[in-house]
Amino acid sequence: MLKQIEGSHGIAEAVALCRPEVICAYPITPQTHIVEDLGAMVKSGSLEQCEFINVESEFAALSVAIGSSAAGARSYTATASQGLLYMAEAVYNASGLGLPIVMTVGNRAIGAPINIWNDQSDSMSMRDAGWIQLFAETNQEALDLHIQAFRIAETLSMPVMVCVDGFILTHAFERMDIPEQSQVDQFLPPFEPRQVLDPAEPISLGAMVGPEAFTEVRYLAHHKQMQALELIPEIAEEFKTIFGRDSGGLISNYRTEDAETIIVTLGSVIGTISDVIDTLRDAGHKIGAISLRCYRPFPKELLRQALLDCQRVVVFEKCLAVGMGGIVANNVRMSTRGLSTPVYTVIGGLGGRPITRRSLTELFEGAMQDDLEETTFLDIKCDIVERELARELDHTRSGSAAENILREVGVVDAAKTA
Amino acid sequence: MPHQQVKFYQTGTLTVGNRLLDEAQRTVQATMDRSNSLDSGHRACQGCGEALGARYAIDAAMRATDNQLIAANATGCLEVFTTPYPESAWRIPWMHSLFGNAPSVATGIAAAMRVKGREHVRVIAQGGDGGTTDIGFGALSGMFERNDDVLYICYDNQAYMNTGVQRSSATPGSARTATTMPVGPEPGADFDKGKNVPLIAMAHGIPYVATASVDRLHDLEAKVEKAMSIRGARYIQVFVPCPLGWGSKPADTVKIARLAVESGLYPLFEAEHGEITASTKIRRKVPVSDYLKLQRRFAHTLKNESQLAQLQAVADRNIRRFGLIDEQGD
Repeated sequence: MLKQIEGSHGIAEAVALCRPEVICAYPITPQTHIVEDLGAMVKSGSLEQCEFINVESEFAALSVAIGSSAAGARSYTATASQGLLYMAEAVYNASGLGLPIVMTVGNRAIGAPINIWNDQSDSMSMRDAGWIQLFAETNQEALDLHIQAFRIAETLSMPVMVCVDGFILTHAFERMDIPEQSQVDQFLPPFEPRQVLDPAEPISLGAMVGPEAFTEVRYLAHHKQMQALELIPEIAEEFKTIFGRDSGGLISNYRTEDAETIIVTLGSVIGTISDVIDTLRDAGHKIGAISLRCYRPFPKELLRQALLDCQRVVVFEKCLAVGMGGIVANNVRMSTRGLSTPVYTVIGGLGGRPITRRSLTELFEGAMQDDLEETTFLDIKCDIVERELARELDHTRSGSAAENILREVGVVDAAKTA
Repeated sequence: MPHQQVKFYQTGTLTVGNRLLDEAQRTVQATMDRSNSLDSGHRACQGCGEALGARYAIDAAMRATDNQLIAANATGCLEVFTTPYPESAWRIPWMHSLFGNAPSVATGIAAAMRVKGREHVRVIAQGGDGGTTDIGFGALSGMFERNDDVLYICYDNQAYMNTGVQRSSATPGSARTATTMPVGPEPGADFDKGKNVPLIAMAHGIPYVATASVDRLHDLEAKVEKAMSIRGARYIQVFVPCPLGWGSKPADTVKIARLAVESGLYPLFEAEHGEITASTKIRRKVPVSDYLKLQRRFAHTLKNESQLAQLQAVADRNIRRFGLIDEQGD
């Protein structure tokens, strides 16, 4: 059924259609609307046979889901930003225990300085935690990915994180096609746990493993993610047969045929990037884009095949490995290993900075001439940074860099005179 | 025929002999069909109070629930000495997740049972004092305030034993731990610090809170049984001496536990919905020094009049506060 609704509401409807049995809720912007909607559905009775638990922290949210999943209940929670970091210990634990929990991350920056707006630093901080990470390009895909996520998670007995750009997707009202319950039921069978806490067959879960077996246990997790590289496209294919939509899978290509320049990115920014590519293509430039719909496992080989014939790769990412540069770019370089293709890193959209068509057009035009630094910060105000560096050189007690920079930007002064 | 109240006691102890009791009153451990939930062969130290407490508590919970029990366990000695894979001393469905989340994991298990219509399956969470009063405290308080259907059992040996005897918020004043060494003018742990989690549990208004001690296992069993007859969040804190951490003889575990109670240092009481409903009376009050002198962690305390007086004051205050000695004429 077509509905014009908020992204979060669409995600909530998708999660509800998956018949979750335990939902743990803790508020953090920008995912809060999702669990609010689910809470209302449980309270009203429209989502039956589901326990909705208001917990006291994100650490508890995922820990409750760990308990309920281990006891055989289909379990869901959502978080973002600081919340994901606060539950970090449980994030690793859930995957280590092989629990097929599905969690939405409404992608948001990590502080300090505190910032509620979108980038993907939060999910990226957990990229090696043993969860499958899917990134949504649109709200329709966010909705569809949640349905696929439960299927992937339960098939592999491994948790899945569905990453959805905060505000840009979660708070955007868009037309979405909400599937029928019968379609979801056909696609997603009831949860059959691989191991379960049950007095009829007592097992001990989560006991210690020493050096004699730890490598093998960890390798197995890696091996299962490698298997997921085959499973995820299969599940996307099956999804297409039932729901009639192309959603999910490992990567999506946009006008990459004969492209000399390929932009690699993930999440909703592919929308703006596609628009820019259309304009550049109209002007005769051979440029295309690839969106990583699945970041963990990393589709290394598939991406390599897609990048074999291009002359340069520009990785556009909304995250930063401080002291290194690009996070995604480093992974992409694994795909182009042995090739002479240059891989440029562009870091943009941090803390919600708008990614405009004009900036991207300039960037891509430069890139097509190989006129690009190895690492570029899109739209960075270099003069302001220089002046702050000078202040810090000038005197030790130079104050909060964040405050100084805002003063430079003029926001603080503008607010005073307002 | 009504039974005469049993008044036979073994010499030097207040523990009534099982065989003297009416069959219905005998301990769970006295029955051949006890569940042995925490089975033999685990790696606890000799004289481990926690192993003793856990065995009695869980078997009692098993009997009370007709063996329909699942346990969530915090990281700590109990987790480590019972389970390194592929071995497990647990004969119940048992799960260890993290140090600070056992109450939340238990909440999740209980929610799963409820949603699946299997509410006859009951859930306990357990951990040491570090896992309970410190790192798991937020999760514990959350589980309490939601009144989740979980019995949380804290085995209180007053320090982080698994990591090598460091101070927790349950460590008493003057006690030596690896992080409160008996050096300087105020040796050992500071006084006027730490928290009383049973009282904090009561402040949540949860249906049942009790303290217990491994010197009176029948009482522990009875409290667990009572807890399992109630739905909602429940808390039992069991005093469990640790020979390794306390520098005491393994053979003295039960004796030390008894002296803690009889000195007033460890008040035993029950509370329902935030109100104290019962407390265990001290039969023969002993000075705190009787309790302290069996433990090397207090060796310096015995030579320090000020600290000794402060600990005695703690005991005397407990006696007043919890009514541990009947006033004459009552």
